[in-house]
Amino acid sequence: MEVELKEMLNDLESLKQSLPDPSHRASIDKLRLRVEQLTSLEKSGPARRLKVKDMSAEVVDSNPYSRLMALQRMGIVENYERIREFSVAIVGIGGVGSVAAEMLTRCGIGRLLLYDYDKVELANMNRLFFRPEQVNMTKTDAAVQTLSDINPDVVLESYTMNITTVQGFETFVSSLKNKSFRPNKEGSGVDLVLSCVDNYEARMAVNQACNEMNQTWMESGVSEDAVSGHIQLLIPGETACFACAPPLVVASGIDERTLKREGVCAASLPTTMGVVAGLLVQNTLKFLLNFGQVSPYLGYNSLKDYFPTMEMKPNPQCSNVACLERQQEYIVAKPARDAALKAKMEAEALLVPEFPLHADNEWSISVVDDSGLDSMDATSSDTLPEGLVRELPSADKSQELPTSEAPLTSNDDLEDLRRQLEALNS
Amino acid sequence: MEGWDPNTKSTLTQIPLLTTKAGPRDGAAWTQRLKEEYKSLIAYTQMNKSNDNDWFRISASNPEGTRWTGKCWYVHNLLKYEFDLQFDIPVTYPSTAPELELPQLDGKTQKMYRGGKICLTVHFKPLWAKNCPRFGIAHALCLGLAPWLAAEIPILVDSGMIKHKDDATSSTET
Repeated sequence: MEVELKEMLNDLESLKQSLPDPSHRASIDKLRLRVEQLTSLEKSGPARRLKVKDMSAEVVDSNPYSRLMALQRMGIVENYERIREFSVAIVGIGGVGSVAAEMLTRCGIGRLLLYDYDKVELANMNRLFFRPEQVNMTKTDAAVQTLSDINPDVVLESYTMNITTVQGFETFVSSLKNKSFRPNKEGSGVDLVLSCVDNYEARMAVNQACNEMNQTWMESGVSEDAVSGHIQLLIPGETACFACAPPLVVASGIDERTLKREGVCAASLPTTMGVVAGLLVQNTLKFLLNFGQVSPYLGYNSLKDYFPTMEMKPNPQCSNVACLERQQEYIVAKPARDAALKAKMEAEALLVPEFPLHADNEWSISVVDDSGLDSMDATSSDTLPEGLVRELPSADKSQELPTSEAPLTSNDDLEDLRRQLEALNS
Repeated sequence: MEGWDPNTKSTLTQIPLLTTKAGPRDGAAWTQRLKEEYKSLIAYTQMNKSNDNDWFRISASNPEGTRWTGKCWYVHNLLKYEFDLQFDIPVTYPSTAPELELPQLDGKTQKMYRGGKICLTVHFKPLWAKNCPRFGIAHALCLGLAPWLAAEIPILVDSGMIKHKDDATSSTET
């Protein structure tokens, strides 16, 4: 537009020069003025805001962070500006992931890594974030477009790929390990991974990557009937991993047969997805900025407005090898963890004026620690609070096959087998 | 397995079960698993042929055996409808089943996710989870794809969503 206007000005100038009759010059000058006005209008159009170097707490209309920095003044968050150091990876930029990305962007998160292989469709318009004019763009590109407009301070990285394939998984893991954003950060290159995917396969892939990398992550989900959802915090070795027990779903509390309609694969509502994204990012902020209580599991049943919570210990018989390794490390590190906790308690105790809690203790009553190893049994992950059910059954214990029936001659040649199948195929 | 027809049940019991729990990132163990996959696929294909119920072709399209392509077909009203079949072996295999894709039917039925992935949630995923790692590709075809085709193809044909390849040229024929 700007270029065209400029060309128009040039044309007018040459027209003015070539006209022998000076009587038209005044009207040409008038035209030129109008074009110049249009040009300046065009320039002052929707402008992108500039990057902000430091988050200011100053309360002025032009400060994008004033209301967030006020969290410090209110005594909720100790140091809000730390949020700019954090990297969060969001896997799945759909109804939940895109809204979570927008929330974190508006909160001024340091860096977002976005993963999705899908394109925006008109069928997505019943959810938030994406706009009709973005149809056919990849979800990652469309998200970067919107998010960089909202807050140019956020570093955005987009990965358009399927993380469940062998190649996609490798790229996923290496992108999480990349520490160029904050080279001196311990562990991986991200502070938290958020799983906002809509299928079991992708959740298991995130679980696999996070267990291998010892990466804390949060899982989120909305039921296929769109009326319930959940979020869950997963710390490898410390809490149940996604493979420790079959996934939980929030029971709708209504006869399931009245809900499940044959022939429809998935329903969705912007409300349920917005609520779950809100719960997920709230938990993320609490986790990153260290305030309030981070929920280990929070369910949402919209039909009865019921929010079940629970904690899940890891399963010592988990089928995921990396999970078992993390569990071992967690047990080994227990003395160090206890010592650190004790040191912290003592440091806090020093701040409080010392006086005996109870003047006498006639009956020698003492408090004993009942958390930790003793309670780490599988039964804890078998019992579920009211309102939660398992989505899939556990694998049966392998009925040991009589080896004679299935002779496992491991010296079989793979090529030979391939040829046999090809022969049948032809 | 309640609710499955006796034919499928008896076929299923004859497909060799697998024993190695290994995915594509597990090196030698994956090669071993791949051998077991081939054996069970060979046995299943042979069984189908001898029962005059041959209904698919599938082969690995890369040396690692992580990508599979082929065809499957279904006979309805004495006409044969054939479709491309493809899937990847996921990194978390066999904890998660392969997602079977019929790309030509993408967008034609509600019982499908984008990219032509058939919906297996209700009839197949619980069975796969329960039988991990004993079920393999052959079981996924037998218990996942076959019942899906049997349920969906007649509806798609009758509703006119898919046409027989001969119909495309001479639609006046009855």
